[in-house]
Amino acid sequence: MLTAADLEALSLTVRLATTATLILFLLGTPLAWWLARSRAWWKQPIRAVVALPLVLPPSVIGFYLLVALGPHGPGGRLTEALGLGTLPFTFWGLVVASVIYSLPFMVQPLQGAFEAIGEWPLEVAATLRASPLDRFFSVAVPLARPGFVTAGILSFAHTVGEFGVVLMIGGNIPGVSRVASVQIYDYVEAAEYANAHRLAAALLLFSFLVLLAMYLWRPHTVTTPGKGG
Amino acid sequence: MPDIAAAFRLDRPGFCLDVDLGLPGRGVSALFGPSGSGKTTLLRCIAGLERPPRGRLVFKGEIWQNGTNGLPPHRRPLGYVFQEASLFPHLTVLGNLRYGQKRSAEARPEGLEQAIELLAIGHLLTRQPATLSGGERQRVAIARALAVGPRMLLMDEPLAALDLPRKREILPYLERLRDQLDIPILYVSHAPDEVARLADHIVVLDAGRVVASGPLSETLARLDLPIRLGEDIGVVLEATVGAIDAEWRLARVDFVDGGLWTRDRGLPAGQRVRLRVLARDVSLAVGETGNSSIQNSLDGVVDSLGDDEHPGLLLVRVAIGKSYLIARLTRRSAAQLGIAVGQPVKAQIKSVALME
Repeated sequence: MLTAADLEALSLTVRLATTATLILFLLGTPLAWWLARSRAWWKQPIRAVVALPLVLPPSVIGFYLLVALGPHGPGGRLTEALGLGTLPFTFWGLVVASVIYSLPFMVQPLQGAFEAIGEWPLEVAATLRASPLDRFFSVAVPLARPGFVTAGILSFAHTVGEFGVVLMIGGNIPGVSRVASVQIYDYVEAAEYANAHRLAAALLLFSFLVLLAMYLWRPHTVTTPGKGG
Repeated sequence: MPDIAAAFRLDRPGFCLDVDLGLPGRGVSALFGPSGSGKTTLLRCIAGLERPPRGRLVFKGEIWQNGTNGLPPHRRPLGYVFQEASLFPHLTVLGNLRYGQKRSAEARPEGLEQAIELLAIGHLLTRQPATLSGGERQRVAIARALAVGPRMLLMDEPLAALDLPRKREILPYLERLRDQLDIPILYVSHAPDEVARLADHIVVLDAGRVVASGPLSETLARLDLPIRLGEDIGVVLEATVGAIDAEWRLARVDFVDGGLWTRDRGLPAGQRVRLRVLARDVSLAVGETGNSSIQNSLDGVVDSLGDDEHPGLLLVRVAIGKSYLIARLTRRSAAQLGIAVGQPVKAQIKSVALME
């Protein structure tokens, strides 16, 4: 069976993925809405930045985050000035890293869903007295619901699966940054293959069930963004 | 000062809308013209869905737009019926009807019930939009626009996406709206038969400009309309059913300057109807005519002559009292008859379309 350390790692993983996904909903929704509807020329550079985590090695993201959030980086100076200390090697450091790492998995499905709605339901709502914010919540969000489900599942699952970024910015501290994927790495390093098997199988099963549930729910419309390193 | 004054200028690549227009504050005003003439764009400007950089819109003394300042669409007290099915797929029929009603300050509680009754959609309220027929969807969309308690109703080709049987299903409801609502209706259409049937006032648009605007009968009787109506050239006469000839199954419909016999469709005497008389169904005779199968012959005077699309054809406007008919003749027969302005003629009418 799973050991206490395994359970601690799994619980930390779930907490991290849940927190990151909730924050991603708050940040990703307005960003995806803007990307879906803006005609500004600088929309394309922003799209490219959002998609960067898909192609960059996680160690690159982790390295830059470590520099930026460290005591001499701009993020680190900001968090220290706010009395929060520095974020690397803390749970919230991992949250920040996960949000950035999983951003395309939230933004791209949402952007696609918002674009698929088109202009007409919003114009209809406008002629029925709905203000812009009202139109967003009463028409755009319900019509984009499949996109929200897909984006939430993918962001959560992708955060569960992250490894390189965690190692770079979180290290390997039990209960703080030793998530399931890191725990498996430790087992393999220590040649404890039986332990590694159990936890790896648990993660494999989880990932399969998540994707299966999603495809069963919407068999034709979900497209998964490519996954980087 | 007209009740509704609308002036817009909107430049688009390959298209320019430039209109300055006055419209009556009641009845159906048709915005009529070929596709690409700018009628939908004009309607969208009035609704605030397009924001032309230069525009002015005054509705019954209230300024809705002045220059670049204008009310956003959700603050304009109007109802809008879109061409395509526009029901929200995530709401039931009732949810769609309530969507605007609960957001509108002008909506009255009984307005929703009246709209449901007027469009006869009471049996559809719990249905999902996807399960409705095209005609039912459009009736719900019209009721939804009415339920907000609009002070003006805008309709953008509400029948264009429907097949002929569905059009016939909806038209009587549109006539009920015209007869029972006391708000102005702006009705975009490129179909002359819809316009002849529904409109009181017509605005003819071509290439983004207003080429004619006026009361329907008067405007259709003009020979100088710059757009091509082809087989649809003709006049509309307001009339009432006068007498029924039960033996021959005929009904006489009387307009202000005469009467025409048509087959009896079971309409009661006194019923108000519209007659549409197409130019191709009117022939002219000079002097005494012998026996003819044509029952309807009206005495008139040639009022004016106009060119038709084909160089071999001539349009002749005949004054019957204060009313007008337009006849389409070949130039040869006009020459043989000696047709000229001021000449007395008999207008023989082969057929009339009768619209309730």
